[in-house]
Amino acid sequence: MITGAQALVAALKKQNVNIIFGYPGVAICPFYNELSASGIRHILVRQEQNAGHAASGYARINGRPAVCAATSGPGAVNLITALATAYMDSIPLVAITGQVSSDLLGRDVFQEADITGAAEPFTKYSYLVKDPADIPRIVNEAFYIAGTGRPGPVLIDLPIDIQQAEFDETDVPDAQHLPGYNPTTKGHKGQINRVVSAIKRAKKPLLCIGGGVISANAQNELRTLCETAGLPAVSTMMGLGALPTTHSNYFGMLGTHGHPYANYAVQQADLLIIIGARVGDRAVSAPEALGRRAKIVHIDVDPAEIGKNLGTTIPVVGDAKTVLDQLTQTGAKANCGIWMDDLDDHRRLYRPDLDPRPNGGINPKGFLRTVSLAMENDSIIVGDVGQNQTWTAGNIMMRGGKFLTSGGMGTMGYSIPAAIGAKLADPQRQVVAVCGDGSFQMSMCELATAVQHNVPIKIIVMNNHSLGMVLEYQTQQYNGNHFAVELGSSPDICALAAAYGIPSRCVTDDSQTDEAIRRLLDQPGPALLECRISPDEASR
Amino acid sequence: MKRTISVLVENKAGVLSRVSGLFARRGFNINSLAVGETEDPAVSRMTIVSDGDEHTIEQVEKQLNKMIDTLKIKRLEDSSATRRELILIKVGAGTHQRGEVIDIARVFGAKVVDISTTTLTVEHSDRPERIDLLVDLLTPYKIKEVARTGTVALEKGAGTIGYKPKKD
Ligand SMILES: Cc1ncc(C[n+]2csc(CCOP(=O)(O)OP(=O)(O)O)c2C)c(N)n1
Repeated sequence: MITGAQALVAALKKQNVNIIFGYPGVAICPFYNELSASGIRHILVRQEQNAGHAASGYARINGRPAVCAATSGPGAVNLITALATAYMDSIPLVAITGQVSSDLLGRDVFQEADITGAAEPFTKYSYLVKDPADIPRIVNEAFYIAGTGRPGPVLIDLPIDIQQAEFDETDVPDAQHLPGYNPTTKGHKGQINRVVSAIKRAKKPLLCIGGGVISANAQNELRTLCETAGLPAVSTMMGLGALPTTHSNYFGMLGTHGHPYANYAVQQADLLIIIGARVGDRAVSAPEALGRRAKIVHIDVDPAEIGKNLGTTIPVVGDAKTVLDQLTQTGAKANCGIWMDDLDDHRRLYRPDLDPRPNGGINPKGFLRTVSLAMENDSIIVGDVGQNQTWTAGNIMMRGGKFLTSGGMGTMGYSIPAAIGAKLADPQRQVVAVCGDGSFQMSMCELATAVQHNVPIKIIVMNNHSLGMVLEYQTQQYNGNHFAVELGSSPDICALAAAYGIPSRCVTDDSQTDEAIRRLLDQPGPALLECRISPDEASR
Repeated sequence: MKRTISVLVENKAGVLSRVSGLFARRGFNINSLAVGETEDPAVSRMTIVSDGDEHTIEQVEKQLNKMIDTLKIKRLEDSSATRRELILIKVGAGTHQRGEVIDIARVFGAKVVDISTTTLTVEHSDRPERIDLLVDLLTPYKIKEVARTGTVALEKGAGTIGYKPKKD
């Protein structure tokens, strides 16, 4: 006989889980008690939302579903923001929550929350476990669902009595029973052929790369297709880094905060091949007009994304890695030398604003470009949300590393916990979190987590003493009526870092930054660099 | 335009709330939703009548298909499906009007299943349009209460929804 909690630990080990991000409470204590001697590492975060974000960072580097855990009621509800963030960006998570005893469900007892109900819109699937003998199968299914097809978070809600209940584990199968779940990976051959002839006929073909290419780990396949077929490509923010920034076929990031030459390419293309992107409103502002101008090929593992926001000429359902490879195998070649030259001219003529500010102060764009160049090629940059996100996404040089951020949900506070998760997933790689002073304060409690568990992430706080992105919006849309966007001069961020035991430095002028960045990256443990900038700096 | 979608789902807790949540969240209309067990007790059939343009209905189908618990889904065209709805309708009919109400019921092939001094309850199963017509005709008699099941439907002829359980 074993208990439900023991079965859960055994099932997690069977999935090769060796780390869990979580925060306990009474309702999840039976599980935590078993976890203590399991050999699975537990990272105690300081708020459950950050357990979810840290697991997200871990999963994005590790490529497998990562696990977060919380107690019932407030613990579970605190997780929701992270589940929603992961859901929007298709990040595979398995979230485990404690729940009140199953005989008390529905009676509004202390710390009862209907978490499977509350999280329904933000989870790929969820389980409320009623029988401990189901645990092996449920865990097996949860990992499979989270990690296959279009990845996403799966929630397992475990009443405390189910964790405690004993059952005879012999003869308990863990075989999956998912008759309705059959994700398609391979693109339909007829559709692939239609794409190929569209490529041949097009004068101005363009690949549009989304986060799906990165979650499918299809960077190499993408590069091969671009090079062998001679296709130009742009990326969404989530697709950043799928091609190196300096690749000759890469023409930047599209969207509201993207590169003008990338948006020009999208506007001019007569064939748009969208791969693993949702065509969200931040990426493409007028999808109807686009659909009228160009032929649209939409390749996605989730059929429900195809045609949702943009009419599609040729839909292809399949995994980005497989479909890109299928396309390369056809030997298709684009015929678009003139188009490439035109795009190249636009790219060359673009003058990014990277130079030092003449009257002192720091140019955030130039600064972040320098940060990325000072880092190793395979390093990981985790962007937060706000102006800092647009500065980071628009100016970092990707050379085989990864850029992680909350794209779909735009969740402030993502960067620090996600950086902790990413660093734990691959301790060899440099990991830098870039946030604003607003987003920093949303998850600064996790500095303690980084210290306690010795996770040597580097944190850059772009401090403009304001909620810069909203301030800028108020400037533009409300005649500069700035309201509720000034954060004041408190806290002293470096003093705060010191309180957590983290070495830090503050720079205020472009002349100081090179050396400060080098020192930051050279610190053996977690370290912080505060970069003071003007609240008047523009996003673009 | 109204469309009928037949959906086979796993017969387990929470499925109905997932489906109705999906419709609410994505702004899809539900005109009616009928659910019940099929020949296989592990499988339920939902018959959903929704209205919307072609694009919307396609989205409804894709989102339903995406649900893990959905086994198979098929749109049923009005011309190629047998569609039925059951209604119980209680009308105010004292001694003077009983005859008229019974006449109307008879024209429809409906049954009078309950009677009181002041009311008659009529039961009828028919195509949804005919049910609407029956309600219209009975409206002058002061309808006290109505219970309708929503449409259920099956394909005409030998065709089925074509679900083959995969072997685990
Ligand atoms: C959790 C959350 N709350 C509110 C917002 C709305 N919002 C978007 S950007 C932004 C300002 C971010 O300020 P800061 O982190 O200081 O970055 P900056 O824009 O100054 O670079 C806000 C409040 C959000 N995206 N996420």
